[in-house]
Amino acid sequence: MYSRAYKSGVTIPPLLWVVVFLLVPYSILFCYSFWSVNSFQVIVHSWSFANYVELLHQPMYFDTFLRSVRIAASVTLFSLLLGYPVAYYLSFHSAKRRELLYQLVIIPLWASYLVRGYAWKTILGTDGVLNGILGFLHITSGLTSLQNTLNNFFAVHPAMHSWHASFVPLSFLLYSPFAVILMLTHIYTPFTFLPIYASLEHIPRDLLEASHDLGASPWLTFRRVILPLSLPGVVAGATFAFVLTLGDFLAPLLVGGPSGIMISNIVASEFGAAYNWPLGAAISLCMLLVIVALLFFTEKLERRLAAS
Amino acid sequence: MPPGSFVLARSAFPASGSRRRSTHLAESSPAPESPSPPSTLLTIRNVEKGFGARKVLRGISLDIASGEFITILGESGSGKTTLLRIIAGFERADRGEIWMEGKRLDVTPPYRRPVNTVFQSYAIFPHLSVFNNVAYGLRAAGAPKHEIPERVIRALEMVKMYEFAQAAPSRLSGGQQQRVALARALVNRPRLLLLDEPLSALDANLRRQMQVELKSLQREVGITFIFVTHDQEEAMALSDRIALLRAGHLEQVATPRDIYYRPETAYAAQFIGQTNLLRAEMRDGIATSGAVSWHTFGPPGKVVFSLRPDHIRLVVPARVPSQADVSLARFKGRVANQSFGGSSDLVEIDLGNSQILRARLANPGVLSGDREFEFSSADAVRVREGGDD
Repeated sequence: MYSRAYKSGVTIPPLLWVVVFLLVPYSILFCYSFWSVNSFQVIVHSWSFANYVELLHQPMYFDTFLRSVRIAASVTLFSLLLGYPVAYYLSFHSAKRRELLYQLVIIPLWASYLVRGYAWKTILGTDGVLNGILGFLHITSGLTSLQNTLNNFFAVHPAMHSWHASFVPLSFLLYSPFAVILMLTHIYTPFTFLPIYASLEHIPRDLLEASHDLGASPWLTFRRVILPLSLPGVVAGATFAFVLTLGDFLAPLLVGGPSGIMISNIVASEFGAAYNWPLGAAISLCMLLVIVALLFFTEKLERRLAAS
Repeated sequence: MPPGSFVLARSAFPASGSRRRSTHLAESSPAPESPSPPSTLLTIRNVEKGFGARKVLRGISLDIASGEFITILGESGSGKTTLLRIIAGFERADRGEIWMEGKRLDVTPPYRRPVNTVFQSYAIFPHLSVFNNVAYGLRAAGAPKHEIPERVIRALEMVKMYEFAQAAPSRLSGGQQQRVALARALVNRPRLLLLDEPLSALDANLRRQMQVELKSLQREVGITFIFVTHDQEEAMALSDRIALLRAGHLEQVATPRDIYYRPETAYAAQFIGQTNLLRAEMRDGIATSGAVSWHTFGPPGKVVFSLRPDHIRLVVPARVPSQADVSLARFKGRVANQSFGGSSDLVEIDLGNSQILRARLANPGVLSGDREFEFSSADAVRVREGGDD
């Protein structure tokens, strides 16, 4: 049996952690979400559901949230499309180059998020690297219709962007949902890659041999054995990409522009320039609820996939 | 044919062309045997395999008859699993060829070979039920949908796992997984079934039971079995023939009885059953090894003989010694050790000059002191010693 001192020694640090970093801040946030700000920019400690009612009544909040979900879903999709093949190649076909390739995939994680954001800004800008190349090759004009389509798909107020079409350089590259998706896909693909790679590495290789032995071609083996057994990793990776993107506010700030605003930007502005902490708290709590529900669901899904 | 060109040699390989190629190969091959008789299912010719600098297989040639139960027996590291994996298609031989019924097998991808494997680890798909595991091969081969349930159920009945059809593999014991693996392979009616130490993970009782079942199953389905094991008793109990593998080459290929009573090499004699190796000097038709000598034939010189412990008998003192009988060899020795073994005891006989022979005697009672023993000189089998390793 463990001594009393040992037991409290192991229990107290995590308990402290939960209380100090989770319970206390979220309780404060919870309280704030029911308060309000008066016309003198002073927070009034009177309790009401006014902030939540405001969130429901103002379509901007819901629209922005919806756009964030769309952007997050796109990032998830693209990082899966990029991460899975890379993980598959590394796990099954890389042989001696595996260590090197693995490090190459992981290295961006060690670089600062901001540095990567600014790098994309330089690449995508109106006078940026990409537009320079496209302009040199005279192929920008054909892409402007694509630009409009993209803007219409993600825009809250399409009228705001009608002037975009008159620009010759591709303005949709920077300050657009496209740029946000591109940058976040770049940043979060390693996060998707890692759990997929781990799940592929966990597949016993004799199962693949057994599948071939039973007459299944490599493609059939992938569909019937590898893919089902790697699904828990896919779900984990997708969760990473989706949740991290949904809460991201730096990418829209750096490369998003007005049409690329996401829900976290609104939270940030409520806590900053707008000075409406209660409303910001209410949005945060709604987001938290959505994400917790999502994590709960994917956790269950992962478990079910892993068990079967 | 170079190993890279397997597009040419798939199942679509024209039969006439491959037949011609087969005879051509038989002529040019250094092996003395004539083209395979029609009952031969699998022909392995000069297969070599190395991993880096380490040679694992050195020129294996072996013909396997249709319907045969052949065991590849060897110590760990002898290359037996590698040979099996080359036949299954998971490894590629560096040199040599494998033919099955007039077709090159070794250049066919594993999923096109009419060969199935029972893996040492069973390799049951964890995400599929027992039923779907067994149906896997049929579905991959595109068997008619209405046929699948019936064939799967029959295969599961054959291995007595019918009631587990809907179970998840994680709920099965090792022995049950073993049976599922067997059903999963047999349901495809392969021409050849490869078994890679399938019983090694089972406990002794279950193992014996599965040995009996495996043997009767093989007779029932009539499929050729290649069974890999390091257990010589298992090999003897199951096989029609044993291919004894030692450090990458075949030491002897023969029936269990032949390999036991007529071992060709000292290694074979020692590996399969226990034996006494007698290093003898031949002169004038008499072999002399220390205190023992007996009549035999052969040119003079140094020869090694193998004498099984069960061929040594105790001389009953009451009987009149018949010294005239040249087919018997007699010697005296001190009983140095006797270990009781139920129906027979293992006795160590000290002949002096640190020469010790082991004898397996049926119900000898408690022995001590100097006794006289005998054996038929025909039971001392001449063997080759040493290998080319």
